[in-house]
Amino acid sequence: MRWIWIDKFLEFNSGKSAVALKNVTLAEEHLHDHFPGFPIMPECLMIEAMAQTAGILVGEARNFEEKVILAKIQKCVFHHYVRPGDAITLHAVIESIAPEAAGVSGRILRGQELIAEISLMFSHIDKNLAGKEFPEENFVFTDMFKSLLTGLT
Amino acid sequence: MAMNRDEIYGEVKEVLIDALGLDDEEVTESATLMGDLGAESIDFLDIVFRLEKSFGIKIPREELFPAESLMNNPEYVSNGKLTDKGMTELKAKMPHTDISTFQEDPDVNKMADLFTVAAVVNFVEGKLKAA
Repeated sequence: MRWIWIDKFLEFNSGKSAVALKNVTLAEEHLHDHFPGFPIMPECLMIEAMAQTAGILVGEARNFEEKVILAKIQKCVFHHYVRPGDAITLHAVIESIAPEAAGVSGRILRGQELIAEISLMFSHIDKNLAGKEFPEENFVFTDMFKSLLTGLT
Repeated sequence: MAMNRDEIYGEVKEVLIDALGLDDEEVTESATLMGDLGAESIDFLDIVFRLEKSFGIKIPREELFPAESLMNNPEYVSNGKLTDKGMTELKAKMPHTDISTFQEDPDVNKMADLFTVAAVVNFVEGKLKAA
């Protein structure tokens, strides 16, 4: 994770759940093309926002010692469009966590309105892929990401 | 009350339908998870997580799907075939699975065929009995 797509965490319960906030603005250039005259947040970027929220939650649960990679989208249902000016909250709950992987269920809300349901699986890649070697340093979690948690954990 | 085999099968079927995005009729007892139902490695963990939740049991990953640890050990695999020692280990680790056909030609590439829906049902049945 080398770019940040959430603005801040509102809640962080280590190993259990987290809520993050993402403000959507017309200053995001991709919205000018998606779509001209009808800007809406691409669904794939809602998945990215959830993956970052849930990925940091899973990483922190193991003290950022694991390389946490998005491995599977278990569920992904979108109920409404997200428009510039919207503030969405990303609610992630750890359903299962094992030495090799974790499963997280997530919901995206705008106020109280349900926008999307996204459940994801993350792999701890050093413990998977039959002993394949990865770089020693944790390239997933940079200091930039950890700074999002300042004051919360 | 304890679940009977049909009830366990019904629940396992639901788990597989959800985890692998299948249609109801695709899941049969003899279907292989990888060959017939298209499961990949991360799906096995997904299935393990879902089974744990559905049945309230704990499943160490290598217990249900021990192939990976076997195949990476040179003592157990030689020239693409399972050695006698490997076969003994496989039997010990997969008592819930019928390996008689595999035993005739223990080609490791065919090991994937051992992971059938019936094997998962047998495994869960054994776990529930032991609980």
